Amino acid sequence: MTEFTPLASLVGGMLIGLSAALLLLLEGRIAGISGIAGRLLPPWRDGLFAQRLAFIAGLVAAPFLVGAVTGVPVAQTVSADLPLMAVAGLLVGFGSVWGSGCTSGHGVCGLARLSPRSMVATAVFMGTGFLTVFVMRHAIGG
Amino acid sequence: MALLVNLALGLLFGVGLVVSGMSNPAKVLNFLDLFGSFDPSLAFVMGGAVIVAFLGFRLARMRDKPLLAPRFQLPTRRDIDARLIVGPALFGIGWGLGGFCPGPAFTALGLGAPGTLVFVPAMLVGMWAARALAERG
Repeated sequence: MTEFTPLASLVGGMLIGLSAALLLLLEGRIAGISGIAGRLLPPWRDGLFAQRLAFIAGLVAAPFLVGAVTGVPVAQTVSADLPLMAVAGLLVGFGSVWGSGCTSGHGVCGLARLSPRSMVATAVFMGTGFLTVFVMRHAIGG
Repeated sequence: MALLVNLALGLLFGVGLVVSGMSNPAKVLNFLDLFGSFDPSLAFVMGGAVIVAFLGFRLARMRDKPLLAPRFQLPTRRDIDARLIVGPALFGIGWGLGGFCPGPAFTALGLGAPGTLVFVPAMLVGMWAARALAERG
């Protein structure tokens, strides 16, 4: 079980939306994490490698900032099933780049732009996400 | 300047992921577990993010160009093709298995859980493979 946290989740979500809005206003770019991370890998087309690396560095640094401000280290529960995590990582990486976006690019920015492509993509990954957890937890044991 | 802006916005985005609970795979998996230990918190993350981004994008697009770059770089495609179904379908399966999408995986990296240290390199390999395959047409 995890605790229902509507307020923290709403505030956190608004910070995510603010970051996406500012990236468009300042840099003219869409805050899609799979797009940013995928374009750190070759082939390199535009001269934005350093900017993308800086954005990812900010993501990596974030839990330490939150920990320092609140005085409580950030806690999380990650599966220790390493083969499962390897397969999950491959699917997330391949699927998000193949489908031109993930939870941020399609799910936040795309929906905010009222993009039909992003609505389809978000419905599909939410659907297979629900289905996968159902199968893993209820159909083949829990 | 551009580097500092990107670092700061990555930090803001990451703080949002951590504060919202989206960076915790246990919370993501419970959100996806409609028929078990369902935790609806992440619907509030999506709602808050989409509303703020919707308003912010409208304000930003009132300008002819961004403040620090020569032009807006927005997706222009409108077609629904097979890749737009297959890609998100595979992504959703991986999301449901590990509880990580790309952003939260990066925020978890420095916390050093073994599962994260396996997930992130595998994700980068998957991203590289998709780009390589797309290049070949």
